[in-house]
Formats: sequence, structure tokens, C-alpha cells
Amino acid sequence: MSFFEIENLSLSFGGVKAVDDASFAMEKGEVFTIVGPNGAGKSTIFNMISSFYAPSHGTIRFKGADITAARADEIARIGIARTFQNIELFEHSTVLQNLLIGREIHNHVPVLRQLIFDPGMRRAELAHRRKVEDVIDFLELAHYRDERIANLPYGVRKKIELGRALCVEPELLLLDEPASGLNPEETEDMGFWIDDIKNDLGISVLMIEHDMSLVNEVSDRVMALNNGRVIAEGSAQEVQNHPDVVAAYLGGAA
Amino acid sequence: MRVLFKTDYNQDVKFAKHSGYVFWYALLLAAVFLAPVALDTYWINELTRVLIYALAGLGLMVVTGFTGQVSLGHAAFMAIGAYTHAFLLTQGVPFIFSLPIAALTSGIVGLMIAIPASRMTGLYLTIASLAFAIVVEDLVIHWESVTGGNRGMVVDPPALFGYEIFEAWEYYYVVLVLLIISIALVLNILRSPLGRSMLAVRDSEISAQSLGIRVARTKVLAFLLSAMLTGLAGGLFAHFIQFLSPETFGILLSIQLLLMIVVGGLGTVHGAIFGAFLIGLLEALISILKDLLPPAIGTQPGLEPGLFGLILVLFIIFEPEGVYGRWVKFRTFLESFPFYRRNTFKRQRSYLKTERMR
Repeated sequence: MSFFEIENLSLSFGGVKAVDDASFAMEKGEVFTIVGPNGAGKSTIFNMISSFYAPSHGTIRFKGADITAARADEIARIGIARTFQNIELFEHSTVLQNLLIGREIHNHVPVLRQLIFDPGMRRAELAHRRKVEDVIDFLELAHYRDERIANLPYGVRKKIELGRALCVEPELLLLDEPASGLNPEETEDMGFWIDDIKNDLGISVLMIEHDMSLVNEVSDRVMALNNGRVIAEGSAQEVQNHPDVVAAYLGGAA
Repeated sequence: MRVLFKTDYNQDVKFAKHSGYVFWYALLLAAVFLAPVALDTYWINELTRVLIYALAGLGLMVVTGFTGQVSLGHAAFMAIGAYTHAFLLTQGVPFIFSLPIAALTSGIVGLMIAIPASRMTGLYLTIASLAFAIVVEDLVIHWESVTGGNRGMVVDPPALFGYEIFEAWEYYYVVLVLLIISIALVLNILRSPLGRSMLAVRDSEISAQSLGIRVARTKVLAFLLSAMLTGLAGGLFAHFIQFLSPETFGILLSIQLLLMIVVGGLGTVHGAIFGAFLIGLLEALISILKDLLPPAIGTQPGLEPGLFGLILVLFIIFEPEGVYGRWVKFRTFLESFPFYRRNTFKRQRSYLKTERMR
């Protein structure tokens, strides 16, 4: 039994097969990367894992349990957090509020007590705050703490979204193109953080990425996808040199 | 300019962020508590009405400003609160029980509306809420045994523990205390996980879900809370106008409530209060103005809604953040004088959101 696996996953939109019979398995503590040209179905796989789309065929298993039919809001409780390709932060709130929202699944205070805000509620709130501060320290977000998202540059937003997912304290982290829109320096930082997330926090990472320098640096295993089908799997080097992958990016054999 | 030195997480949790808050809000409290001493009955009444509007606006703010669900039917919750309260009073239920029951009834109706409504978004929800308001209005007209139908219904003066409240200033205090309690509850929610969930649902449902927020539950709770506050305002309004008739709670009132929170400043508690003051006092002003204007203009039936509409349009074009947004800018100007830059509040480049899932 693998830590996380998808089996014969398929999804069609009308006549288009976005994902076609894709399978892979990853182990705990791994950084597993999905690469592939635009429209290969990478984000669609993520959206099926997040239960935003229901697969037309196949199963998703996490720690042995079938989570294919779980509701979208149950996925975080199961232990899977994610970031989005086009940053989905709560723009009118501050960085601190965004990170605190990431603590939602760890909140067990009933609504009535939230309304009254009794001392127990206050203690719970301060405990969440401590956890959030750990993440703030980890990602060096301290001087953005009280800024509104709408006033922050793109690179910082990317970091905050990563931080918000970490506040969930997941076992598996889905990163949808963590380096898109980042400059080379920021990309390098992102690589260090992903390494730290894996080694220090013990969180497994499933990642979609185009930037091959980042893929080479952090991935334990890589899988290539084209037209919804898995075309290669192995180490970063193996996948990059695979003839089908070269053909997918550069066109058919000349 | 004040630079806060933070040494304790509680500093971000408590209401008064620094001594300036304590001073100015204490001053404000003193002013509203002493207002009846300085004002005559007419203005005490006007102020009472503003406070009731503020309470209703606060209710609407919870669902529209914080949770992002635009409702055009909140006058219906006021109607439910008002009629339930008035009916219970005729049945001999004392004021202190009847008012909470009225708020609760309104809340339960809100809950029943919210369960289907939480599956709708945007314009569809707004239209559904409008339909709900019309249904309630019709119900009020036809359920004559309870509401008196088009003949209307007289509301008895409130009595607290056998003491009947006749004076305007006495009732002003009743409303004021309930409003302050309601504001405190809403502020508590805002600093709690539920309040943050509401803001999350408003800004991005998709990422709220991915963080484990139950979107439907959040919306339903927002509706429940909102309907209760607005129902409470309705119950208080019943005593204020002393005579209930169906047209009191028509579509115009719903629009007026929405106008209040938009003009006041969407998404802030201040906004509900500022909006109520602006709209409430504007009403008084219009009625004074009517006498001064030449009869040809002053007696036009559409004068009030026309003016309201104009104000709404002007605010949306020139100050979408409302009076409160304007106030924050002015305050920043004073605090940072003479270093204020005109672009401080200019919206930064917003990044394109493509491929958003609905």
C-alpha cells in the first residue's frame, strides 16, 4: 500500500479526454513532480484530488483509504492541503488573517462560544496564533504580517499561499506550479523551502512544475504527462531524456 | 503617526488596539449616552430611528458585507421580527421575552431560506431574496387574523418589568443598549474562526473549500445571524412606528438597507453605523427640504427613492469603499501629515485571475 496513489484516473469534458487512465503512486516523505506541456491534464488531476471535479473513472487513495468521493471541504481534514496555479488568497484580508483561515480544520470551538468569546475561546485563538507564527518564522513573512494581500507583490503572495497551506498542517501538500511568475532568485528560495518542508516538517509534496531547474533540484521522482496520458516516470534525468517526453515538448520524431 | 510595538498576541485579539481607541470610543459612548439630555424629543426620535437602522444594517452587513451574499430581501426579516413581536405582545407575552422570540423566529426563517439559498451564487441569490421579500409582504397582507392585513396593526408601548416606556428618551436607551450588545457580538464573530470563514467565502469559495471551510454551513450561519439581528431591529422598529402596515416593509426598505451598507462602507462594522446615520439623517433632511422646496418638486412622489438611487450611484463611482473608506483616508492624511501621498490608497496592480473555477 502506497502513501498516496491514483489508479486509472480518467476525466472527460465532452469529447475531450483531459485525463486518460492516469496512475501513479508516491511514498511518504517523497517529493513527486508532475511535468508536461500545457493542457496535459496536470491541474485537472489536482482538481480531482481536491474533489473540485469528480473523475469519470478511477480511484484516489490516501493512506489506504479511498477518498475519490470525499467532499471538497473534507480533503483538508483528511490531511491534504494545496496551493493554486493562479494564487487564490483572500485579497481583502491581512496576511495574518489569511494564515489563520488556514487553521480552520483545527478549530473545535462551537459557534456559540465564538459569539461570546469566552476565555477558553481566547486561549484557543492564541494557540492558533502561535502555530501561525511558526509558519511566519519558517517562511520569513514577519514584516508582511499586517499587510493586506491586495497591497503585496506577486512573489510574496506566492509565499503566503504556501504558508497558508502549511498552517493546515497537512501530511501531503499539493503545489500547483509553485515557481510560476517567480524570478530565478525566488525560484531558488522556493526550492530550499520545499526541501525544508520535506526534511524538517516531514510533509510529502506532490508538485506540478514547468521550471526544470526547480524540478531537478527538489524532486525525488518525476512523472511526465501528455494529452492526459502518463508517458514517462522515473528520476528527473530519466524523464527529461525519455524520447516520448522530448517528442511531447518538441514535436514528433524528425 | 503611531507605531505600535507589539509584545503580546492578545494585542491583535482585543478590541482596543491602543490607548487612542479607548479614549475616542469612550468619548463616543459618553456622547451617545448623554445625547438625550441635550436633544429635544424630535431629534431623540430621529436618533432612535438611526440606531434601529444601524442594527438592521449590521444584520445585512453580516450576510452581504462579510459573507458576500447580496440580499435584497432584508426588509422581510424586519417585517417578520416586527409582526411576530407585535403579535406576541397582543397575546400578553412580556416585552423581554417577546423581543428575543421575534428575533429567533426571524432567524429560523432566515435559516430555512439559507439552506436552498446557500446553493445559489451572485445575482441568482439576490433575485431569490427579492422573491422572498415579496412573498413575505403578500403573506402579511393576507394573514389578516395575525397581521391585520391592509388595515394594519397597532403596537402597544413596550413595558419592562411592569414599567411602561412612553418617553422617547427611555426607548432610546433600550435601543442603544441592544445595539451595543449586538455590535459586540458581531465583533466577537469577526475575530473568531467563523468570521474569518465568512471573509474567506466572500473572497474565494474555491480556496475556502480547499482549506476545509464548509461553505454552505458558513453561509447558513451567516444568514441565521443576519436574520436574527435584522429581526431584532424589526421588533424595535415596531414600537418606534407604533403602527404596522404591509407597505412599511416593502422593497424600498430593502434597498434602503443595502444602500446604507454600501454607502457606509461594505465589509466593516463602522460602515453599517455610518450608513445608518447618513441615510437616517438624510430622511429627516429630505422631509425638512420638502417644505422648503417649491411644491412642484417637493411633493413629487419619487423624490426619496430618486435621491437614494442617485447617492448610491455616486458612491459606487467615486468612493466604492463608502464613508468609512473615506474616513480612513482622511485619518491617514492627518496621522502622516505632511507626508501623505495621494497614491497611498490607490489600488495596486491586481493580478489577472484566469481559469477560475466556478
